[in-house]
Amino acid sequence: MTKTATQYSAKAEVSNLYVRRSFYEKAIINLKKAPITAWIGMIIVTFYFFVAIFAPFLAPYGEAQIFKVPYAPWDSVHIFGTDRLGRDIFSRLVYGARNTMGIALITTFLAFLIGVGLGLLSAILSGWVDQILARFVDILMAIPSLIFALMLLSIFGSTALNLILIIAVLDSTRVFRLSRAVGMNIVVMEYVEAAKLRGEKIGWIMSKEILPNILPPLVAEFGLRFCYVFLMIASLSFLGVGIQPPTADWGSMVRETAELIQFAAYDITAALTPILPAAAIGILTIGVNFVVDWFLYLTSGLKDEIK
Amino acid sequence: MKSSKQKKDLLLDIQNISIEGFSDEIWHPIIKGVNLQLYRGEVLGLIGESGAGKSTLGLAAMGFVRTGCRFTSGSINFNGKDLTKLSDKKKQQLWGTKLSYVAQSAAAAFNPAHRLINQTIESSLSHKLNIKETLQKEAVQLYKEMQLPNPDEIGERYPHQVSGGQLQRTMTAMAMSSKPDLIIFDEPTTALDVTTQVNVLATIRSIVKEHQTAAIYITHDLAVVAQMADRIQVLRYGNTVEVAKTSQMLKSPKEEYTKSLWAVRSIKKKEQKSKEIILSIENVSASYGSGPKVLQDININVPTGRTVAIVGESGSGKSTTARSITGLLPPTQGKIIFQNRILPMKLSDRTKEDLRKIQMIYQSPDTSMNPRHTVREIIGRPLSFYHGINKEKNTDKVLELLNMIELDDSFVDRLPEELSGGQKQRICIARALAAEPELIICDEVTSALDQIVQEGILKLLLKLQHELKISYIFITHDIATVKAIADEVVVMHQGLVVEQGSKKEIFSPPHPEYTKLLLSSVPEMDPNWLNKVLEN
Repeated sequence: MTKTATQYSAKAEVSNLYVRRSFYEKAIINLKKAPITAWIGMIIVTFYFFVAIFAPFLAPYGEAQIFKVPYAPWDSVHIFGTDRLGRDIFSRLVYGARNTMGIALITTFLAFLIGVGLGLLSAILSGWVDQILARFVDILMAIPSLIFALMLLSIFGSTALNLILIIAVLDSTRVFRLSRAVGMNIVVMEYVEAAKLRGEKIGWIMSKEILPNILPPLVAEFGLRFCYVFLMIASLSFLGVGIQPPTADWGSMVRETAELIQFAAYDITAALTPILPAAAIGILTIGVNFVVDWFLYLTSGLKDEIK
Repeated sequence: MKSSKQKKDLLLDIQNISIEGFSDEIWHPIIKGVNLQLYRGEVLGLIGESGAGKSTLGLAAMGFVRTGCRFTSGSINFNGKDLTKLSDKKKQQLWGTKLSYVAQSAAAAFNPAHRLINQTIESSLSHKLNIKETLQKEAVQLYKEMQLPNPDEIGERYPHQVSGGQLQRTMTAMAMSSKPDLIIFDEPTTALDVTTQVNVLATIRSIVKEHQTAAIYITHDLAVVAQMADRIQVLRYGNTVEVAKTSQMLKSPKEEYTKSLWAVRSIKKKEQKSKEIILSIENVSASYGSGPKVLQDININVPTGRTVAIVGESGSGKSTTARSITGLLPPTQGKIIFQNRILPMKLSDRTKEDLRKIQMIYQSPDTSMNPRHTVREIIGRPLSFYHGINKEKNTDKVLELLNMIELDDSFVDRLPEELSGGQKQRICIARALAAEPELIICDEVTSALDQIVQEGILKLLLKLQHELKISYIFITHDIATVKAIADEVVVMHQGLVVEQGSKKEIFSPPHPEYTKLLLSSVPEMDPNWLNKVLEN
């Protein structure tokens, strides 16, 4: 055995051929390869947010402004006519984007705060904490959420705050399950064990060690949850316990203009009026789903299949 | 060697093959024009570090590339057919009949829901090589040849009902079932314990000889390949470094790189004694939940500033000992005395100072570093956590530590995935050092690394011990590593301490029965080693 002649150097060791790209560069590359559906979804979502943010500038009238003629036909003054109290439908559609999406967004954030927090706590602590939390969530999930929300709202009253709190708590159960499941996969990693051995507090382990590693599925879930929350608010409003008048919102607009549909034989535009807020709900849901689908495709291992 | 006869029977002829892999929108070369010849009945050993392209070339010998890879040039001539040009359907007719593959992890390769015998004959049956009854009889015959216990009945078991070594042998029987011309063995014994490995190696070797099957044996363990192969081909960075007959390659390697591979086990440490004891484990027993005792009444002493190596096979309780010391698995009885003070059993009862003094380095640096943290964050955290060093001072200290582990400033903003295996393990060492510990527990820290890198890491650990007077507990199953760095050795088996003593005492006879078996099972670089072991 001869003594080694080659000089070994740790610095010169060949590491992975890997080009580190900034977030911005990665985004450009991914956007270039985005399928048409993702583009449609992104355009829809951007458009909705644009409308929601600039609602006061886009809407010709105020959301609760009442005109003399109720059920006015579609014309140049009132693009989509007026409702039974004489409020401009187009203006209410624009403000509806702001109200419905705003409340849905706040609710989803809150649901994630509760769900991810408790889910990760459950994953890290395991044992009886996990058992109690998980069984409690099972109980909540066993009750159909729309009916449960209806019941709670009629007990506590339909204020915007109650609406947000109740839906957030009910929806956080699903977020809890997801974050607990993906968190469990990370908790068993040695770097989490190393952090525990270092004596780190649970907050650090949750936020610095685990959370960055489970972000992709959580972001995707956020998109889907947003859709569900949004649909739930619309359904509750349609049933009359959601967002209360005079605040404009698409769910209650469908309810308020629903009877117009029977006039289809005389004025087709009148019949289309209740379809408008319903379509606004539907299109946004589809758009968000398109974007989430693409995002899931990007972050899951699927993209490794090259063809 | 009957080389003249073999020349006529060229079975596999790979000419100038190149393979590329796709990642990050670019095609990267993996194999860069490699030639490989294999004659009927010959065993070719394919060795190299991880990433050298061994497995890719092994699979290419079957005309197969992994998803995301492609052949770019060259030809693979198997029995007169160019596999790169055959359609998938034609290749599928060859796979599992003329060409077989034995994977590293038998446990992952078997379907847990089917009996062994049905899986053994599955491919032969689906290619309609024979009727089921005949194939089953042949399978039982193969089990006999593979020296499996109860060959008549073992086929009726499910994969989880047999041991790892038996499963690996069953998989070889599965590969042999169709009487292939060529078998690719991809690190078939890497996942096995040394004492099990000997049997598997012996049976693989004899069955390949008896059936005159050609084989490509892929491994990173030189001692193993010395036992198995007629010829050895050394790969590095997708190129062939050297090809030669085994005996010739061992005696007089030509290339510098090959020489360096052979010279790896050259670190020698003079054992030193120390009277002071930093850690002593007294009568410790531990178990997981209410299960059986994994540690039974063990006693271990660690002298200050010295290295104690704990050796044993998997399941012997080595890692559990480490978990008990760190408090992750509180012992059910006994005492752990650290610096003349009884340590609280539970992790949550220990002070920050207790935790700082005992640091741990893990086997796999891939899972022991958070993939989302940069090197600066990984090394910097213990500094701010234990010593309150923040901001610029923190960065200065991180750079200082990087220098200590022989890396430089350019590494500070890298993520773990941008480092090689050895560099990752160095970062883990730096993280442990940042706490300024008194004792570091190294759990199989070199076993996932290549030979050259291993040597680098071991040298670094020795240097650090010399400079900083740190004590090590070194957990390993590799006797060569123990010989290289230990002062004292503890042999463990089934949760018991078989022996503790200085390195000299342990490695010189008389040995207890188990130590003897363990020591004799470690492959040596002598091509006749396996024959000698089998004779005894």
